[in-house]
Amino acid sequence: MESFTSTEILETKKMIDEQGLDVRTITMGINLLDCANPSLDKMKENINSKIFSLAENLSEIATTIEEDYGIPIINRRITVTPISLILGSLNTIQEIPLEDIQAFNDPFFQKYNIKDPKINQRAIDSCIEIAQCLDNISEKVKVDFLGGFSALVHKGFTRADLCLIQSLPEVLSKTERVCSSINLATTRSGMNMNAVKMMGKIIHQIAMNTRDRNSIGCAKIVVFCNAVEDNPFMAGGFHGIGESECCINVGVSGPGVIRNVVKNQKKVDFETLAEIIKKTAFKITRMGQLVAQQAAKRLHIPFGIVDISLAPTNRPFDSVAGILEEMGIEITGGPGTTAALALLTDAVKKGGLMASSYVGGLSGAFIPVSEDKFMTEAARKNILTIEKLEAMTSVCSVGLDMVCIPGSTPPSTISGIIADEAAIGMINNKTTGTRIIPVIGKKVNETVEFGGLLGKSIIMPVKESSCEMFINRQGRIPAPVHSQRN
Amino acid sequence: MKAIVSVVGLDKPGIVASVSTTLANYNINIIDITQSYAHDFFTMILIVDFENSNVSLKNISEKLKEAGEKIGVFVTIQHEDVFRAMHRI
Repeated sequence: MESFTSTEILETKKMIDEQGLDVRTITMGINLLDCANPSLDKMKENINSKIFSLAENLSEIATTIEEDYGIPIINRRITVTPISLILGSLNTIQEIPLEDIQAFNDPFFQKYNIKDPKINQRAIDSCIEIAQCLDNISEKVKVDFLGGFSALVHKGFTRADLCLIQSLPEVLSKTERVCSSINLATTRSGMNMNAVKMMGKIIHQIAMNTRDRNSIGCAKIVVFCNAVEDNPFMAGGFHGIGESECCINVGVSGPGVIRNVVKNQKKVDFETLAEIIKKTAFKITRMGQLVAQQAAKRLHIPFGIVDISLAPTNRPFDSVAGILEEMGIEITGGPGTTAALALLTDAVKKGGLMASSYVGGLSGAFIPVSEDKFMTEAARKNILTIEKLEAMTSVCSVGLDMVCIPGSTPPSTISGIIADEAAIGMINNKTTGTRIIPVIGKKVNETVEFGGLLGKSIIMPVKESSCEMFINRQGRIPAPVHSQRN
Repeated sequence: MKAIVSVVGLDKPGIVASVSTTLANYNINIIDITQSYAHDFFTMILIVDFENSNVSLKNISEKLKEAGEKIGVFVTIQHEDVFRAMHRI
């Protein structure tokens, strides 16, 4: 048989034992389009039986893979079809007159105030019931999160989209495992500014509804530009409409491993630095690919993609900002940070692409402030600011992530931050997301503790300048010139 | 199926005996052993074959861990595919 050197074997062992290499998640994507039904009870029954029949053994099989391969698998998750796509069949939602929605989408028609679309409570209640049904079935099949309580509204709203969005403050305060995402812009179709305005208010309401828990509800929703269809990570994961009936996606992480190799190469040039990151990303991704293929085989479900995303945790070695600092940036957020992050993200993607033919999701590096100890520290020193984070998101793989701002931030300012972030994605043809938490009752520099993977952070200052007039304009920002690629 | 056993700890008599007895008890064949030392630190890597054994990786992993604890070394076992995936193109 082929033999391995002890250096190789010990390298793998150290990555797992000391540097926190893990499979962050095995995520089963499930199509729920065929669960649509006019009756709420029947739809719930369909969702329950479909998810249960496919995911019943997911958690258990993940554990057997963990045991056989000695690789920790931190989360088991499910993503589903964006739920607004099936909600439209419900009687309660079909009662909403179509003309009302058309009027709402039309910027020239001033019949409705954006803050108050005419949605009856019965329709919103049925969305909440579906969310609770998803929460219950997730608990039953023992998964940590379920993503896909989502709507794709980049070009306009359907009745169901509006109902789902209006139900979010209650849904995210009443459920534990359900995660939501709203795609409100794409490079192809521009930015739905009505949705941007609405989401500023909704995020504020979610924060209010969960104020007793540091507004944690906002950690379960991402607002996207160019959302991807096969993302296994939360809160932004959903099973896109181009996806198959069911598939297995795996998310691997390992900032600690990359940090360790960078740490040992203090004086090498950039080519060598990029090379060692690529090689390490290759190894990590191959491990993810192995786990994904095993999970697919054991569950008899097709393999989808591997997502290699450096996702930090609050363990001191497991930090993306830590990698940048090992590269030679004194404090993350200082000059040089964006260039260092660009090198890192690109090298990780290249290593990943060599390791698996089906790299997908968001692959790259995440920069969630509260989940990364060094990033929180840099924010505390006021070197890392929201404006610098925004610049960093133009080269990282996602966006403004787990950023805590004062609870008194006006909804229109939240909308402004969302619009800025979406604009970066729209113009640069990349995915960007905003997961921002206005922590009610907290002021700048106060500490917030979320616990678990979400970590702890400080409240970052937001520039005090109003964009209300801009946000109050209605309609869409037209798609950029390079959307015309036909 | 083949797996890699790695043993790390302070050197003392009986490490090889303890690990190989545990493996033999479950009819697991040792294909290759390598040992190395660095500053009194002992590292041993065994490539083992499960062909004639019915024991699961989980069970043998627990037994090896117990045996290791008795003599003060860390013993882990992993499927060889992990190493093949990570270190071979």
